[in-house]
Amino acid sequence: MKQHWLVRPGTIRLLWVVYLFTLALTILAGLITDLHAWFRLDGSVAFNAWFGFLACIGMILFTKLLGHLLQRKDTYYDRD
Amino acid sequence: MIGISAVPPGLPLILGALLLPLLGPRARAVLVLGLPLLVLALVWQVPDGTSLRLAFLDYELAPVTGDRLSRLFGTVFAIMAFAGGLFALNRSRVVELVAALTGAGSAIGLTFAGDLFTLIVFWELLALSSTLLVWSAMTDRSYGAGMRYLIIHLLGGVILMAGVIGHVADTGSVVFTAMLPDSPAHWLILAGFLVNAGAPPVSAWLPDAYPEASPTGMVFLSAFTTKSAIYVLLRGFPGAEILIAIGLYMIFYGIVYALLENDMRRILAYSIVNQVGFMICGIGIGTEMALNGTAAHAFTHIIYKALLLMSAGSVLYMTGKRKCTDLGGLFRSMPLTTVCGIIGALSISTFPLTSGFISKSMISQAAADQQMAILWFLLTAGTAGVLLHAGIKFPWFVFFQKDSGLRPPDPPLNMRMAMILFAFLCIALGVWPAPLYAILPYPVDYVPYTYAHVVAKLQLLLFSGLAFFIMLPYLKRTLTITLDWDWFYRWLGPRAIGQATRVVSRWHAHRRIDVLRHLGHLFGTLFLYHGPQGILARTWATGSMVLWVVILLGIYLIAYYY
Repeated sequence: MKQHWLVRPGTIRLLWVVYLFTLALTILAGLITDLHAWFRLDGSVAFNAWFGFLACIGMILFTKLLGHLLQRKDTYYDRD
Repeated sequence: MIGISAVPPGLPLILGALLLPLLGPRARAVLVLGLPLLVLALVWQVPDGTSLRLAFLDYELAPVTGDRLSRLFGTVFAIMAFAGGLFALNRSRVVELVAALTGAGSAIGLTFAGDLFTLIVFWELLALSSTLLVWSAMTDRSYGAGMRYLIIHLLGGVILMAGVIGHVADTGSVVFTAMLPDSPAHWLILAGFLVNAGAPPVSAWLPDAYPEASPTGMVFLSAFTTKSAIYVLLRGFPGAEILIAIGLYMIFYGIVYALLENDMRRILAYSIVNQVGFMICGIGIGTEMALNGTAAHAFTHIIYKALLLMSAGSVLYMTGKRKCTDLGGLFRSMPLTTVCGIIGALSISTFPLTSGFISKSMISQAAADQQMAILWFLLTAGTAGVLLHAGIKFPWFVFFQKDSGLRPPDPPLNMRMAMILFAFLCIALGVWPAPLYAILPYPVDYVPYTYAHVVAKLQLLLFSGLAFFIMLPYLKRTLTITLDWDWFYRWLGPRAIGQATRVVSRWHAHRRIDVLRHLGHLFGTLFLYHGPQGILARTWATGSMVLWVVILLGIYLIAYYY
């Protein structure tokens, strides 16, 4: 079966290149002007980039931990 | 004088809903689409202040009382009823449409309630019609979920009623106005409101009940109950600081549980709790900027969340599947549903040029203006988390991910039109926020599109997206659910009661003879002394009575003397 153009390895590689380029662009765009910090920490270099990235990693890891405690088979309540 | 402005705007929807079962499909369609438009016109006929007064017991009710806030919510509820009706037109059972229109009418009714009694009537009607909407999926699971929904909401209603009675007893007034959480009555009212908002510890009712409704039913459900709770909190408890903590819990609860979830509509249900959390934080901050932001966010949220659920509903309708593990790769054959789902996902993630960007940012701005640093950082982290669980996770696992082999086409025309309408509104409000800003409760002094704001938001969202794809192996879907507070009443409660019953029965079986003997002895003794011939039941002669009284008085006299 012919692969859809969007899922071909070449397209996916291209998408990653464009994505990483855009990421770099947002950092640059943030460097050339003052992004107006309200507090001290949010004035650090590329604050939104690293804060968003780390917050997401943190949330995913916390979620994994909580999942170990609280996840059950999806038929858990069906036995009743 | 009673004119058109004195007609309760929700009433035509409620009365019209009752006519639906009597009509044929064509007339029903006219009513389902026409009534919300009529109601929208009525909403804008309601002037500021009370335009209808009714006497009830010793109180004066004000069932039609308008201001900017009530017209704003009335407007979005009417728009929602129209688009939801359009989406549901081709397939819904009549009972589902009746429940949906009654729910919409009740939500609109309570946004114009100027007194607490009218509020409670519409509040309860909304709970009943929403239960019916869950039940109208007519499955075993929907029956159980609807029953749990009903129990929680009737409990919430009782708490609210108790608070209202206390408030009326304290103040002598039934007028619905801003309160402070400063007395038991007001705490009860606040708690009653929060039950409907999906606040802890009862947040679980929402992801439990909504996803058991039909593909079209959940679109309606997502709009009315939680957002009418936001409306009453905006009016009743602006600036109540405890709401900030509650809102923050809801934001992160929604993110974490949605990340663990496998059912696509449960992901979106957790995401409702998350979004309502942002609004509740805004109400807790309580400044004009925050309240404007909350009202605007409720408006845009109703539209993009309905769009997301229409997109998920279309997938469920066309494939019959709801688990991420069964789905994937649907972009090939459902391009319109995919694009609309992505527009909804971008909006909820607050991407620039979508509606979420121009509304939610006001709440963060209010936190910054008030120098609430910790809150601001948590709201920013929460915004990143929204992108994770709803902005990328939902479209990724449903439309992309792996090729599930499913090739369903886009849904029927009316469903596509409803999605296109709301996708258009998501973009239109994002590009041109002025009309929405013009109808917010307070004058708006906020410019969303500044260079700094756009760049900061793009950095935040795009790097959060990077985190998603890097961590993708950790987010692999499994056939699981996640335990929540409802475990106490769905698992522990029934088992505790069952166990207690068994213990009592066993004890009864073993000790039955002993118990009966003891009881027999007890009743025998009682009969001996208190029966017809018992010494304590006998009638005594007056003379002996007098004698005993004399003896008692004599003893008393001697005791007193010493």
